[in-house]
Order: sequence, then structure tokens, then C-alpha cells
Amino acid sequence: MDYSNLRRQAASMKKSLFDQGYLDEQFCQVEDLQDEASPNFAEEVVTLFFKDSAKLISNVEQALEKYPKDFNRWDAYMQQLKGSCSSIGASRMKSECMSFRDYCGQGNVEGCMRSFQKVKREHGALRQKLEAYFQLLRQAGQLVLLELPPGPGCKN
Amino acid sequence: MALADATAFPYGLRVLVVDDDPTWLKILEKMLRKCSYDVTTCGLASIALQILRERRNKFDIVISDVNMPDMDGFKLLELIGLEMDLPVIMMSIDGETSRVMKGVQHGACDYLLKPVRMKELRNIWQHVYRKKMHEVKEIEGNDSCDDLQIFRNGVEGFDERGLFMRADSDTMRKRKDMDKDHADQDSSDGATVKKARVVWSVDLHQKFVNAVNQIGFDKVGPKKILDLMNIPGLTRENVASHLQKYRLYLSRLQKQNEERIMGAARQDFSHKGPSDNLNLRSSFQEQPGNLSNGFQHSSQKIQAQINIPDPHLDDTKTSVPLKVPDKNGTSVSDAVDPQNMTSASPLSGVFSFERMPVNQDRKLSETMILECQSWSGSVPPKQFMQYPKHNHERCDLLGDYSCLPKPDLEHPIAPGHLYAPPPVISMSCSVEGDVRDFSDVKPDLLGCMKSLSPALTCTVESVSAQLSDSVVTSTNSDQKFSSVEGLSSIKDCDFDQERNQATLLTSEEASIICGTDLTCLHDELSGYQLQGVSFGNIGLSSIDLFQCNDAMALPGLHNNWYDDVEFSSETMEFPLLDGGLFA
Repeated sequence: MDYSNLRRQAASMKKSLFDQGYLDEQFCQVEDLQDEASPNFAEEVVTLFFKDSAKLISNVEQALEKYPKDFNRWDAYMQQLKGSCSSIGASRMKSECMSFRDYCGQGNVEGCMRSFQKVKREHGALRQKLEAYFQLLRQAGQLVLLELPPGPGCKN
Repeated sequence: MALADATAFPYGLRVLVVDDDPTWLKILEKMLRKCSYDVTTCGLASIALQILRERRNKFDIVISDVNMPDMDGFKLLELIGLEMDLPVIMMSIDGETSRVMKGVQHGACDYLLKPVRMKELRNIWQHVYRKKMHEVKEIEGNDSCDDLQIFRNGVEGFDERGLFMRADSDTMRKRKDMDKDHADQDSSDGATVKKARVVWSVDLHQKFVNAVNQIGFDKVGPKKILDLMNIPGLTRENVASHLQKYRLYLSRLQKQNEERIMGAARQDFSHKGPSDNLNLRSSFQEQPGNLSNGFQHSSQKIQAQINIPDPHLDDTKTSVPLKVPDKNGTSVSDAVDPQNMTSASPLSGVFSFERMPVNQDRKLSETMILECQSWSGSVPPKQFMQYPKHNHERCDLLGDYSCLPKPDLEHPIAPGHLYAPPPVISMSCSVEGDVRDFSDVKPDLLGCMKSLSPALTCTVESVSAQLSDSVVTSTNSDQKFSSVEGLSSIKDCDFDQERNQATLLTSEEASIICGTDLTCLHDELSGYQLQGVSFGNIGLSSIDLFQCNDAMALPGLHNNWYDDVEFSSETMEFPLLDGGLFA
């Protein structure tokens, strides 16, 4: 097993997640919290996030169906999801949440529906990428500490 | 005094984190642990309140999210400030100025934006320290030798020397002597603090209100009030903080009750018709100044004011002065004049109760007991307002006040409990007459309770209601009340509050609450009588009432607050929970 290779791959994957805006600095903060007491902290948090956010997304979905044009309600649910996104630095997903809330504010049902679909897409995409990332890490057996140039991404 | 590393910050700071988002909760917990704090997490505001109430004095600071499903974060913030007087930090992803402002208005000592950073969390101890400094300052005005104890207790659990080092040098100079003593007394047991703190007794509050009235709501200010009140030992700060709380409380109460009471006001408890409606709504119009309006037309009304002491007055007790209007309702404008209570602290509220619809021949002896208690660690007490019309014939369960437990003086609270136990607001009203008559009352009572329920936030530890021959007693911890459906359902009430009571009873704090105050107050207040009590608009969150057909005392069920409170059998007490009052 080429651990260093795996580590390089994981690092590269992470860098691209940052470059593409999927993740922001908050993700680094979460990874930094990892220590001997909780060696898999980052992965645990991310897993928890996806589990919880799936529920929140489903809440929004139900609200869109059951409460047509109830922008306040939609907004409230999306606010929760947005707050959740901020916990792990799910940047693109958070943007879509904000976009959805803007549409709510405008009373634009069509815009809300479109935006919601995007939120779901981003959610799915991020989940996939992070799953792959953590798998690599597990394989590599240790957390990859990245040193990225200044700009988007982790700052050491 | 050997000074430790100046960079040391308070290890073991006991933090309660409340956030409905499990991901954030996990992250915050980890961050706080990394700061060497002692963390407890909670996903629901209601659970958090429960935890705080049960484990008073076990936390130094609370961090809470603003948007939570079961309770608005601002409301939680107020409740905590009110009941436990702990510093609360709000968090939100929303950093809009208006939100932050709201946080500050509701008493948050800080407002953090998510994502929250470690460095922000590292500094939260300053809020705890600051609060303790305030306490010491207040105490200084009273009894200087106690200051030390209290201050020392205040930093219990902290890396005290580190704290001292960090303190502002000016402050440190002032505290120099205390510090020295502090260090010297490090090993001594500080468990016997006899504290002289400002106790906002019924009397004192009455004077306060009188003063406010006299000055005129618009022109009121702490100095003027202080001068008018002319109480030796009372400081301007005491008055200022009491005033602030009163103001905020009133305005909040108004807003809340306005809507709630719209509907509830319809319920006319009295047989007398609409004019007797307990109309809190009319009492709470825009201006607190209009509070009294609603009373004018009611022939018999009872106003109760609940004051919660300012968080800065850790040792303040709150008392609910209960005004019993005379038949003409003229007493409305007496001592407690709602009109002039506009600049009240956030914690006061006015309740007016209308006459209960009882048979004419039935002698209504109402005992309105509004008890609001808030106290900080070493001070006992709660003030109790009670206007019982004592019917000693019916004392089976409820004896007379002499049975009440001794005052807290005998149960000194260990110092170090700087945060007040939850205030207890209980309303009791006694109704003489047959049980069946009570059923008239009950629905309205329920109505009251319901309508007021969100408005009332108090930890009510027990509710006892006695009706004529039967004793309706209910003890309740804030979340356990269930609606009072009918007398018959009362029997089915569960007794699981016993657990809570037991807890309370055994806790040091509980002992404080006891009846001593009751006893004292009784003397003062025995002349008052509530003639008509209508609970139409008093929303009490669900109350478990159970009825004992044989006026049998229900031991253990009597609550801690009243301990073996004995009210005449006509006494009905309804703790007000979940206060919109304080919301």
C-alpha cells in the first residue's frame, strides 16, 4: 500500500474541493479540532451533518408541497439548513440556501423551486466528494495536513 | 499573594451549550473542551431550562443559538437571565444588526456569529467574571466583610489567580484588600456567608412603585426614585437595575399579552358579565401606562405585580405585590399603579383578576399569592405575596403559616451559588364554596392559564389549590403541568412532580424558598383580601390539579415553595409557569 500516494491523493482532492468552492475555511477549523481524544472527529462531524441535513432538506421539500406559497415557513426551514451548512463549511450549498431565501423574500415560487433543486444537487455532490475523501484518508491512515497557498482553502 | 501565570484562563468554566443543530452542537462542544471548559450540551431549549432549573448553580455561563424550534432563543435568554441570572451568549448565523440588537436588549452578554471561532470561545469567561465583579460592587454597599466571601465564592472553580491577573489594574487596586484576604482565606470554608443583599420585598417594591408613580413615568430615574424611597442602604444601582428590569419586562409582557389576551379576554369568568372580564389586554396596551385602564370597569379586581429582580441584583428577591382592589376598583390606582410602571424592569407584570363567578352566598376568600422569587446563591429567599383570607377551620391540609418552614436563615445557602435559582411565581387564589362551584371557575382558570401560558415563565414548583372541602393540590415543575380539564380530571393528575419537589426540597435552595417569607409577609398582608379572582386571562401553562375529596394533605406534593404551605382550604395556588410574563 502506498500510503504517501494515498495521502497525496487525499490532499489533492481536498484542495480541489476548496478551489471549486465546495468547502471553505470552516472545514479546516473542524479538521483542526481533531486530536488524540477524537481521532475521527472530522469524519464524525461530516457524517452527522449529512444525516441531519438530509432531514432538513426533507422538511423543506414537504413544506414546499404541503404549504404552497408559505414563504415564511419555507424560509424558516431553509434558514435551519443554511445554519447547518455553515457548520462544516459547505460553501456552495450554503450559497444555494441563501439564494432560495432570496426567492422566498421576493415571493418567487418558481425561483424557490429551482433553487431548491440546486440545493439538493449541491448536497448530493458534496456528500459524494466528502465520502470519497474520507475513504482515502482512512486508507491513508492519517489526516492529511495540507499546506495551501494563500487564497481559498485552509490557512495554517 | 503569589500570582500565577497571567495567561491562564479559567479552567473548568462550566458551560451549557444549547443548539438544535446537532452538527454545531458537536463542534461547539469540542471547541469548548479544547478551551478546557466543562461542557454540557443540549439540543432543546426546554430541556436546557430544565437542566438549569434542576442543577442550579452548576453552570457559569450559557451559550445558546437564536433559532430553535421549540423556543425562541431570545425567550430562553430572558428566562435564564430572570430565573438563574446566568450570563448568556447568543449565537446565530444571522448577523443582522437588528438581531444583534434584539439579543442585547434581551440581556445577552454577547452575540457570536456562526461560524464561531475558537478564539471567541476562549474569551467567554470574561462575561462570568464581569458579572461577579458587578455582584461584588453591589455587595460592597451593604456589608463589606461579606464581599470577600462572595467574591471569593464567585470565582470558585476558576483559575482565580489568573483571573486576578487579567483584571483591569484599576479594579484590582480597588480590590486589593479583597485579593489579599482572598488569598489568605483560600483555605477557609466560605460556606457561611450571611449576605446582606437587596431584597426587593413586597414592601420595598411597593415603595418603588409609589415613587415611580409620584415622579411620573416619563420623568422617572433611578436617583429620583431612590430619593423618594428613602430606604437606608439602598443604592442607586439597586434601583437602577430594578427599574430597568421592570421596564423591559412590562413592555415585553404587553406585547405578548396583547395578542394572547385578545382571545382570552372573551372568557368571562364572572357571572357578572363582560365588565367583569379579566382583561389583561386592556391592561396592557402600548404603554405600560395604560395598564390600569383595564381595571377601571371591573368592580373587583386584583392586580398582581410580579417583579423579577435585576440580574445584577443577584440577591434580589422578587415579590409579587398583590393589590386587592376594593369593590370600586379604586385600589387599582393605589400603591401599584400600572400607569406609572412604564419604566419598569422587564420582569414585572401586572395581572388583574376579576371576580370569580361564584354564588353570591358563597364567600369568596381569595388568596392571591403571587410569588416571584429570584435569588442568587447565598441569599434566600423569596418574597411571597399573599393575601389570604384565612379560614382556619379548613386548615386540614393547609395549616396556617406557622407550619411553614423556617426561613432560610436557618438554611444558609452555601456561597458560591451566585446564580439565582429560578424565580417562582405562583398565584394562588382561594375560593370558598363547594367544589362544584369551582367548576365554574375552573374553565376560566384554564383559559387564564392557557392564555397566559407562554407569557408566564416561571418555575413553578408547585401549585396547590384548595377548594372548600377539597384540596386541590398540584405540584408542578414547569414542564409538567397539564391543562386543568375539570375537577374530575384532577384526580388523575400524576404525582411525578414529587421527584421534582423532592429535588427541590432537598436542595439548599429549596429550603430558602420556604414559608418563612410567607410567614413574614402574612403578617403584613393579612389585611388584604382578594375579592374576586378571575383567571380568565391568566394563562398558566398546564397545571396539574388534583383534587382530594377528603381534605387530605398530600404529603410530598406540597411544594417546595410553600413547603407545607398552609393556606386555608380556600386557597388555590397556581404557579405561573412559562411566563409570558417574563418572556
